[in-house]
Amino acid sequence: MALPLFAAFTIPLINRAGEKTRNIFSLVIFGLISFLVAILAVNVHSVGIRVYTFGATAAQMALPQGYMVPVRIMFEVDAMSMFMGIIVTTVTLAALIYSLHFMKGRTGQARFYSLMMLLYAGMMGLAFTGDMFNLFVFLEIASIAGAALAAYRTNMADAIEGGFKYIVISAVSALLVLFAIGILYAQYDVLSIAALAHFMQYTPLDMIALGLLVGALVMKLAGVPLHMWAPDTYTVAPAGTTPMILAASYISMYALYRVTFTMYGGLINTTAIGWVVIIIGVLSMFVGVMMAVHQTDIKRMMAYHAISQGGYMLLGVGVCLAVITDPVALASYGRDAMNGGIFHIINHVFYKALLFMTAEAIFFRIGTRDTNKMGGLARNMKWTAGFYIIGALAISGIPPFNGFASKLLIYESVLKFSPVLSVIAMFVSLVTLASFAKVFYSAFTGPPMPAYKEIKEVPKSMIIGMSILAVLIIFFGLFPGLIVNTIVAPATNALINHASYINAVMGAVP
Amino acid sequence: MSIIGYGYAVWAPLIWIVALAVIGVMVLIWRNRGQKSYKKGTAQTDIFLSGAKVPPEEQRHVKSENIYWGFFESLKELYDALMKPHTGIVNDYLLWFVAVLAIAIPILVLAV
Amino acid sequence: MESIPLNFPFLASALLVGVAFYIILFKRNLIKLIMGIAMLSSGVNLFIVALGYRAGGNAPIYTDVPPGPMVLSVPQALTLTSIVINVAVLALMLTMVVHIYRHTGDIDSEKSRKLKG
Repeated sequence: MALPLFAAFTIPLINRAGEKTRNIFSLVIFGLISFLVAILAVNVHSVGIRVYTFGATAAQMALPQGYMVPVRIMFEVDAMSMFMGIIVTTVTLAALIYSLHFMKGRTGQARFYSLMMLLYAGMMGLAFTGDMFNLFVFLEIASIAGAALAAYRTNMADAIEGGFKYIVISAVSALLVLFAIGILYAQYDVLSIAALAHFMQYTPLDMIALGLLVGALVMKLAGVPLHMWAPDTYTVAPAGTTPMILAASYISMYALYRVTFTMYGGLINTTAIGWVVIIIGVLSMFVGVMMAVHQTDIKRMMAYHAISQGGYMLLGVGVCLAVITDPVALASYGRDAMNGGIFHIINHVFYKALLFMTAEAIFFRIGTRDTNKMGGLARNMKWTAGFYIIGALAISGIPPFNGFASKLLIYESVLKFSPVLSVIAMFVSLVTLASFAKVFYSAFTGPPMPAYKEIKEVPKSMIIGMSILAVLIIFFGLFPGLIVNTIVAPATNALINHASYINAVMGAVP
Repeated sequence: MSIIGYGYAVWAPLIWIVALAVIGVMVLIWRNRGQKSYKKGTAQTDIFLSGAKVPPEEQRHVKSENIYWGFFESLKELYDALMKPHTGIVNDYLLWFVAVLAIAIPILVLAV
Repeated sequence: MESIPLNFPFLASALLVGVAFYIILFKRNLIKLIMGIAMLSSGVNLFIVALGYRAGGNAPIYTDVPPGPMVLSVPQALTLTSIVINVAVLALMLTMVVHIYRHTGDIDSEKSRKLKG
């Protein structure tokens, strides 16, 4: 954690030494960070839940001597947190490589890399935290850095507007999260998630706090009907940062799962919450994709698709949440639904990042995002067209790409829960493919427009960034069982068995 | 062999790719036994509009707005209903938020 | 002091939050929107500090402490952190509004939007 913050604050200093130095420095630091994250991932996988307490004499000591209640701030990393950490790190790596060339000729680049590192630090903190107030702090860090990055291109008026809407929405939802934390603190006098889960009873004030938390976090993750900021913000963020802001939305989804499963899990009427999440998911899928077909701006269309795929994840996890108290149903399809939903998070981040990068590559060369004006681009930009095809097939769930694996899991298990939802999910998948085919037909194929005859391919660093993601997509598509067993299933178990999370902090339950 | 298998379906991507490759080889063999009189680059491959003049490229290009015209026309009521809330005004975004909270919190409090 | 009911800070906080929501939802001027968010943050911070009050308590400082219970100090720490973060957020929003004004010449949230649909 200290490394990204250190990098964020020293990059402006290093910038004085010249541009190349700064680029190499950020790459080196980020390589170091990725290496550390990889070590932590292997450790969590083999050892179990790791707890790190700030300011204690031994790093594992969560309960100070003689106390029954953890009073210090701690990081608690279990399989689900590690899962989100891996996603965020991979996306940032690809975004960093992509931005090396994309930002050429722009001023204030030192601040861009600083902000990227800050956003990364905020997201990792949010993924690893074991404490509710820490959640609030890192949520705010991630939103501020994300909004500043989104409004980075201050010469375009709509960029600032997108950033402004993002920060207003984030500020309001973070304040309501703080309000809910206040209510919970007033009841139980502890703030860490594990201790709250241990002491939780069900007063109506708790339910109000849960409702506020769910509402605010759904707004941050762009679920319908609270999604309207998302197209504006994702459209105008510069190239590599749109995947990072997207990852920030999915970290908020992780926070939502952490709150509903671990804190309240097992005691509330999970059918009610499960159905709320399912309904939000289905609405997101449907509205997202219907609006996406209609758009003419290529990045706005992809932003609406991001909303609709978020609906898939909510649907999968919501089905599991609705049946979590019913052991027969849980064993037969609940776990698969959750596996599908969580696997879909990592798949979606990869192919959405790839698609956004191709859209920005087009914007980089042509200067417009309007699909009405584009035509016949595949003749000149072969790599970009290839990556676009891979991304579009993956997002629609065409075998053998990774989208198919996670969507198959979701379809099959939701079918057993309620066939109507599965039919809606398949319909949404069809319309997704239709909308990407529409843009592919009009923008890439077709007669070569004379205005674009001398467009060259995009520079190498951008292609390298895109190809990292493409290789990962194909790899995940060819070996889905491997990925599910190694990364996704432990995450699912970690969320369903919330007792293990609590015990890691509180010791064996007396 | 990496397989996702669960109680009621199995999905093994490598087998699927092998099957695709076999079908691809069969298609190629069939294609090579086809017509021999097709030559590229001659007048056979030019655009033919029943004798009318072929318009220049800008006018030939189908804009992406117009590709799915039938789809949009038939769903016009749905799109009018969908476009109305997407106004772009920040205050309306927050109005939706308060509305969702006002519906969800009573449901959660009363459903315990 | 006994005539003020103990619930008073909570009522004040609820009033602040309510007025703040009214401003955020219904006022179109962007500067007023930012003022509404500032008011919302004040309301939430007041709520959190008021949670820690113990009847007849003293300030949570150990030197020369008079005997008696102390007011809880954890909410005060939370509130300080929250105030600092909200200052940063408000500063960012104000700079963005300045840029929006420079580009579109208008700070009405309906007239200065370019992205819709």
